[in-house]
Amino acid sequence: MNEILQYTLQGLAAGSFYALAALGLAIIFGVLGVVNFAHGACYMLGAVVAAVLQDLLGLNFWLALLVVPVVMFVFGVVIERLLVSRLIALDPLYNFLLTFGLTLLLVDLVKRQYGVSGLPYTRPDLLTGQITLGALRLPTYQVFVLAFSLLVCAAVWLLMTRTRIGMIVRASTEKSELTRALGVDVNRWVTPVFGFGIALAGLAGVLAAPFRAITADMGSSFIIILFAVVVIGGLGSIVGAVVAGFIVGLVEAFGQAYAPALSQIAIFVLMALVILVRPAGLFGREENA
Amino acid sequence: MSSPTSTSDATGTGAALAGTGGFLGRSRRGWLLVGLGLVLALALPWFVYPPVAMDIACWALFAVALDLLLGYAGLLSFGHAAFWGGSAYVAGLAAIEWGLPFPLAALLGAVFAMALAWPVGVLSVRRSGIYFAMVTLAFAQMLFFVVNQWRGLTGGENGLQGVPAHFFGVEAVEDQAFYFYYAALPIIVAGMWFAWRVVHSPFGRVLVATRDNPARARALGYDVERYRVLVFVLSAGLAGLAGGIFAISHGFVSLQEVAWQTSGKVVLITVLGGIGTLWGGIAGAVVIVLLEDFLASSGFDGIGIITGAVFIVVVLLFRRGVWGTLSDLLGRRTGRSHAVERSISAGDGEEPTA
Repeated sequence: MNEILQYTLQGLAAGSFYALAALGLAIIFGVLGVVNFAHGACYMLGAVVAAVLQDLLGLNFWLALLVVPVVMFVFGVVIERLLVSRLIALDPLYNFLLTFGLTLLLVDLVKRQYGVSGLPYTRPDLLTGQITLGALRLPTYQVFVLAFSLLVCAAVWLLMTRTRIGMIVRASTEKSELTRALGVDVNRWVTPVFGFGIALAGLAGVLAAPFRAITADMGSSFIIILFAVVVIGGLGSIVGAVVAGFIVGLVEAFGQAYAPALSQIAIFVLMALVILVRPAGLFGREENA
Repeated sequence: MSSPTSTSDATGTGAALAGTGGFLGRSRRGWLLVGLGLVLALALPWFVYPPVAMDIACWALFAVALDLLLGYAGLLSFGHAAFWGGSAYVAGLAAIEWGLPFPLAALLGAVFAMALAWPVGVLSVRRSGIYFAMVTLAFAQMLFFVVNQWRGLTGGENGLQGVPAHFFGVEAVEDQAFYFYYAALPIIVAGMWFAWRVVHSPFGRVLVATRDNPARARALGYDVERYRVLVFVLSAGLAGLAGGIFAISHGFVSLQEVAWQTSGKVVLITVLGGIGTLWGGIAGAVVIVLLEDFLASSGFDGIGIITGAVFIVVVLLFRRGVWGTLSDLLGRRTGRSHAVERSISAGDGEEPTA
C-alpha cells in the first residue's frame, strides 16, 4: 500500500512535467494550428537557463521559477515573429518541419556551449529530504512539484475560464473560423499565446532542473512522450493535455517499478490503444480528427 | 492557399506540399536525364570516397521511399527510421547468424520492414496531417525502446558489431567498398525504378486523388485508407531495402538507425530535394551526405547547427526544393506550361503575400 502510494506520487510528479509542457503545446496548437516540435528543446532550455543563471548570478530556484518563464516567453515571441509567423498561412506541416530544424539547431548549440556531461544544479534546502506522514515517507521535492504544477494548471484554468483573453483563446482553439467571423481579432493573440506556451515548457524545465540531469539531450525523448501525451489527450483539448500528462506519468512510474524494461513501451501501447478506440483522443472531438 | 492558420486542411497536405509529375518520365528528355543520372551514379565512387558514395545511394533510395508516401499520398511519416533501422538490424543479424549474401539479407530486412509497417500503417492512417506525423513518430520510438532493451539480440547501446558483407564468395566485393558499391547499386536502382513504377501506375493515380481530395476519392468508391496503408507498406519496404544495404556496407548497426533523428534526416533530405518530385531525394542525399561528411572530417562538432539551419532556410525560402526549382526553370525555358502541375504545386500562390 505504502509502496503504491509512493509510486503514485512519483508518477504524478513526473506527470507534472508532461502536463505543464503539454498544456503549452495544446494552447499553441489551438490558437496557431502549429505543433511545436521544439517544445522539448524549450523544456531543455528552461532547465539550462536556470542552471546557467544560478551559476552566473547565483539566481536561486524560487526566483528561477519566476525569471526563466519570462525569459522563455521572450524567446518564444522572438521565434514566433522571426520564423513561425512566416509560415502560418501554409500547411501546418511546414511549421512542424521548421520547429524540427530549430530543435536540431538548439540542441547542438547547447551541446557545443555546455558539453554533454550535464550542468550542476543545487536544489534549495527546503526541498531536500522527506515528508513523513505516519508510516508514509514522501520525497519533499516530488510533493512540491506536484503541488506547484497543479497550482499552475489551476491558474491557467482560471485564466482560461474567467478572463476575456482566456475566452478568446478557448474560442479560437475550438472554432477558429467562427471566432474570426464573430469579429474577434485572433491574430492579435497569436504571438503572446506562442510565447506563453513556450514559457510553460520552460517552467517545466525549471521544475525538472533540480531533479533530472541537465543535458542538451534532456528534451529529445521528452518531446516524443509529449506527442504521445497530446495524442492520448486529444490535441485540440486543453483539459485532455493535462489529464493525459498525469496518466502518462503514472504509467511511466508504475512501469519503472514493476516492469522496468517495458515502462517506456507501455506509454506507446497506451497511445496505440487510444488511437484504436478513440482516434480523436480521450478528450478530443471526432470532428477535429 | 486558404485562410491564415487553416488547420482543417490537414488532409490536403500533399496538395499544399507537392506537385504531381516532376519533369522525368516525359519522353526523350526524361530518358536523357535517366541516362545522365545512371552515368553519374556509376562514376560517383571515382570522385568521392566509396563508402560515402554508398551512403549517398542508400539515403537517396530512403528519401525516394519517403517521397512516395509524402509527395504522392500526402502523408508525412516522421517514423521511417523504424523501417530503415528495423531492416538494418534484421539484415545485420541475417548476415551474422546465417551468413546470408548481402542482397538477400537486405531483402529480408525489407520484408521485415513491410511486416512491421502493416500494423503501424493500419493504426496511423486513422489520422492524417500533423497527427499522422506524430503517431508514426511515436510508433518508431516504440521500436527504438524495444531495440534498446532487447540487448541479447540487438546489443543494446553497443549495436551490432562485425556485420559481414557476404557476396557469393566474390572477395573484391566483400572486402572493398569500391566494388561493394557496384554490387549494391543495381539494388538501389531497382528500388527507385519500383517507386517510379508505383507512381506511374493506376494505383499511383488513385493515390494522388486520395491526396488531393480524399472525400471525392471515397465517393468514387476508392477505399482511401486501404490505399494509404498499401503505399505506407511499399514505402517502408523501400526504406528497409536502403537501410539493410546501409547497415551491411558499414559493417555495423547502431541504435542511431532507429532513432527519431534518422527519421528527421530523411525528411530533411526529401524536403531539400523537393517534395513530390520523387527524384529530388537523390539531389537532397548528395547535398546532405556530402555536407555532413565535410563537417565531420573538418572536425566541426555541431552538425545539427548546420543541418538545422539548412532545414529552417529550406522550409522558409525554398519549399520547392532543389529538384522542384530546377524543374520550374527547365519548364519555363522550354516554354512548356504544366498547367495542371502549376495549379496544385506548392511554389505558386502559396508564397506568403509579402
